[in-house]
Amino acid sequence: MTLFPRFFQRVNAGLLICLLLCAGQVQATPVLQVAAAADLAQCIDELNAGFSAAHGDAVVTSSIGSSGNFYAQITNGAPFDVFLSADLAYPVALARAGHADLSSLITYAHGQLVLWTADATLDPSIGFKLFEDVRVKRIALANPDLAPYGRAARDALRHAGVWEGILPRLVFGDNVAQTGQFIATGNAQVGLVSAAHFKPGTVRPGRSWPVPQSWYPLIEQGAIVTATGRANPLARQYVAFLRSDAGRTILRRYGFVLPELPR
Amino acid sequence: MITPVWQLPDALWVALGLTLQLAAVSTVILMAIALPLGWWLATTRHRAALLLEILMSLPLVLPPTVIGFYLLTLLSPQHALGQWWQQLFGQTLPFSFAGLVIGSCVYSLPFALQPVMAAFRMLRPEIAQAAYSLGMTRRQAFLHVLLPLSKAGVYSGAILAFAHTIGEFGVVLMLGGGIPGVTRVASIALYDEAQKLNYPDAHGFALLLLALSFVLLCVTTALQKRQERWRQLGHFSLR
Repeated sequence: MTLFPRFFQRVNAGLLICLLLCAGQVQATPVLQVAAAADLAQCIDELNAGFSAAHGDAVVTSSIGSSGNFYAQITNGAPFDVFLSADLAYPVALARAGHADLSSLITYAHGQLVLWTADATLDPSIGFKLFEDVRVKRIALANPDLAPYGRAARDALRHAGVWEGILPRLVFGDNVAQTGQFIATGNAQVGLVSAAHFKPGTVRPGRSWPVPQSWYPLIEQGAIVTATGRANPLARQYVAFLRSDAGRTILRRYGFVLPELPR
Repeated sequence: MITPVWQLPDALWVALGLTLQLAAVSTVILMAIALPLGWWLATTRHRAALLLEILMSLPLVLPPTVIGFYLLTLLSPQHALGQWWQQLFGQTLPFSFAGLVIGSCVYSLPFALQPVMAAFRMLRPEIAQAAYSLGMTRRQAFLHVLLPLSKAGVYSGAILAFAHTIGEFGVVLMLGGGIPGVTRVASIALYDEAQKLNYPDAHGFALLLLALSFVLLCVTTALQKRQERWRQLGHFSLR
């Protein structure tokens, strides 16, 4: 007795091979591959389109994930040309290990932490006092061990002296984008996410409150050209684009605070 | 570098304990569903049976994230089901052990059902008829004759459901929220350790999970072989 004989008998090997070949045909060779931290989930498409328009319709593909995960993947040879991290530590560590080009490192944005609830009856403008509301049963953060926004959230909560008290109610997203998904679906009534989690101009449920910057260390987000990207001239141009007026306009619209440009 | 199994941090042992607990609870619930359902599907000529069988097999091919996504939205307080649960227990289902049990049951159902159903289908109809003609009720015949004859299929269904639940990842990732001791199961704990670049612990833990899965599959295969041998020896043939 095999486990599921009928399933396997019907798999036609020839058909399978055809499908695989077709899949290979469809995939075009991307010109630039970008690994983007989860807080860029909303704005990366617009950044790519903006870059593409300014650089002869270059094909840009991007992946969204936690900065820590990308760090591990690039260390193990993932074929990304540019890495947009949500902090500076990961790109610097990559460069130290020889997997990225330190001379290309820039800070492209400062992340803003916001307290967000999708529940219209909750008012986040009272800050962390909101946690005293009995309706707040779950509070979502990104995983502080992996995600820069999770670390910032933990620091802010500790600064406000509420960390210990809310520990039993915390749930952790794998990255800041998943944390937003927990809140958007109402499964967590409130949570701490990136201000850039919201597409400008779209109606979003509930309200948010910006956590004072002095409560958590500056989230300096670093962009770097990887060892793979060194051979690709578009990689450096992409990093430069993040500092151009066009790039900065997009980032600002999504709620990032922009660092001063060096003279 | 590999951390020896006995030196793995407590957090990983907690995660493994939780996983085994989740697998045990899910397996008990799944067998309670799979036995009557499997019997009905194996014996009925009802038209809806085929459709039901296909539906029950869906989790075999569905990406686990599809299950996770539907459960996350359906069980949320924004939907009637999640609201009802919250009123009853004062807690939302996602991020709770009960939520993971529901997810696991959906995810592992075909693994419990298919072997059970296959075992029932292999029973000769004469056996049931003989039992009835000797005065047994349907219930008695099922419990005392047909079920014991199918026990290898039942065991392998239970073990497969158990093993498959240990391997669950996508559903828990979407539904769990990574709470230590509540929803941070072994597969998630390993994923986190690997992301933290804590490779020695990740290696040690992965090896432990590999060994556990191997043993479970050995038991399943041995059980299946035993059933085949019985059949060949013709112990229960009526001829």
